[in-house]
Amino acid sequence: MASDFRLHLMKQSQQSRVVITGVGLTSPNGNSLPEFRQNLLNGVAGIGRMEIRYMGTQLAGVCHYDPLKYQKKKELRVGTRAGSISIYCAREAMADSGVNLETLPKDRVGIYIGCTEHGNVETENEIYNISKFNYDTKYWSHYHNPRTVANNPAGEASLNLGITGPAYTIGAACAAGNLGLIHASQMLRLGEVDFALCGGVSESIHTFGIFAGFKSQNALATHEDPKKASRPFDKARNGIVISEGGCLYTLERLDDALARGAKIYGEISGYHVNSDASDYVLPNPVRQAECVRAALRRDGLEARDIHIVNTHATATPLGDIQECEAIRAVFGEGCPDTHINNTKSYIGHAMGAAGALELAGNLPSFDDLTVHPTINVDDLDPLCALPGLVLNQPRKVAKVDTILNNSFGMLGINSTLIVRRFVP
Amino acid sequence: MTKDECKKVVLEIIADIAPDEDLGNVKPDVRLRDQMQLDSMDFLDIVMELRKRHGIEVPEADYVQLASLDSCAEYLTPKFNALAAKG
Repeated sequence: MASDFRLHLMKQSQQSRVVITGVGLTSPNGNSLPEFRQNLLNGVAGIGRMEIRYMGTQLAGVCHYDPLKYQKKKELRVGTRAGSISIYCAREAMADSGVNLETLPKDRVGIYIGCTEHGNVETENEIYNISKFNYDTKYWSHYHNPRTVANNPAGEASLNLGITGPAYTIGAACAAGNLGLIHASQMLRLGEVDFALCGGVSESIHTFGIFAGFKSQNALATHEDPKKASRPFDKARNGIVISEGGCLYTLERLDDALARGAKIYGEISGYHVNSDASDYVLPNPVRQAECVRAALRRDGLEARDIHIVNTHATATPLGDIQECEAIRAVFGEGCPDTHINNTKSYIGHAMGAAGALELAGNLPSFDDLTVHPTINVDDLDPLCALPGLVLNQPRKVAKVDTILNNSFGMLGINSTLIVRRFVP
Repeated sequence: MTKDECKKVVLEIIADIAPDEDLGNVKPDVRLRDQMQLDSMDFLDIVMELRKRHGIEVPEADYVQLASLDSCAEYLTPKFNALAAKG
């Protein structure tokens, strides 16, 4: 009887554990996790130049995945870039997970996709279109509404994959990628779904408004060499490089993953989301530190137990300092095994996809015990000189059992996600 | 404009709207949606492209006239010619 009860407890415990079993991504420097990881270890940045309506040539991170791999030409004509990125990432994640989409009960699958924003691209395109017709709205596309509804990226993925469970987006500014994973974990634990596709996507480089907005805010990076333009923590950093991209994961409850013999990348073991409630754009280090500590507490960990901290830092002069203050408050002392890095230095700021992509870039560290660096730091800003910061060269380490992934966004939304090496 | 020329114009629009379709063997007397994947939004696209590219207006009550290539040519050719006559 006692042993039955123990088995019951073990089963219950396994049902509440959620693991990552597949990754699909596209970033400016890679269209699969192995390619992305290799470029992070080799210091290969993916930033280039792009023509932006009304603004001319700008620095941007452009993805080069093959959209026709999973979509027909007509789908591409009717749908959105964010929808296309979602479909590519979802299909790649499904393939990576080894789950057969045909036999999967599709009403038990949830799609939860984080977005910084959605609808700007199509709205700008339509206004430009009708400007050619003297602003006569009878030339406004009948596709405008299905393209601009906030759930579009998730909805397009559900259409393409035939998923009939819940499919929606989570608007959380640049914290959205983490939020996709956190929300999916919660839905799996609640038993709302049995399988989840989750993460974040961004089509932001296709809207001039994002570029113009950051430029007006004096927060848009400039540099003669695009590959050097995104440089968090460098003294000469001068702003954000805007990128597109996407990263979706397959998440499952542990018992389901074990039952089918799934490859397990890691376990979602802790998270927290909070709000600054202090400013539209300026991050609040006190609330960021609170967010990180709350995630550690939920996971039963101390700061010194974290082996990799992914920073959100976007290379704005003030934002990086604010985040470093938060990181220093939590990891500043007594954390000799904590290594800190940043992915935006390679791929720019992929907005709603950022948190999900940055986590993916660090996941292989569980296997290769290597921490990819933050590149483009020629002159470290003393105010960003955190202990454990991995600069310019990959670092071999003795142990990687935990990754803490920070992702913060405008209007003061903070998110921290902790992923542990999977131990049965 | 002849009816054959009109059919060519309509096919050019359909080629953009349904880029995955093989338009080499479209039967002019068969409903378009019976021989290729076209939904109601696609028909709205045909209406929109006639408006944008050629200044042709098709009132909603007349959408049924766009069912096949033959019916398109019957309905649209006089409109094209009237427009041309206006200069």
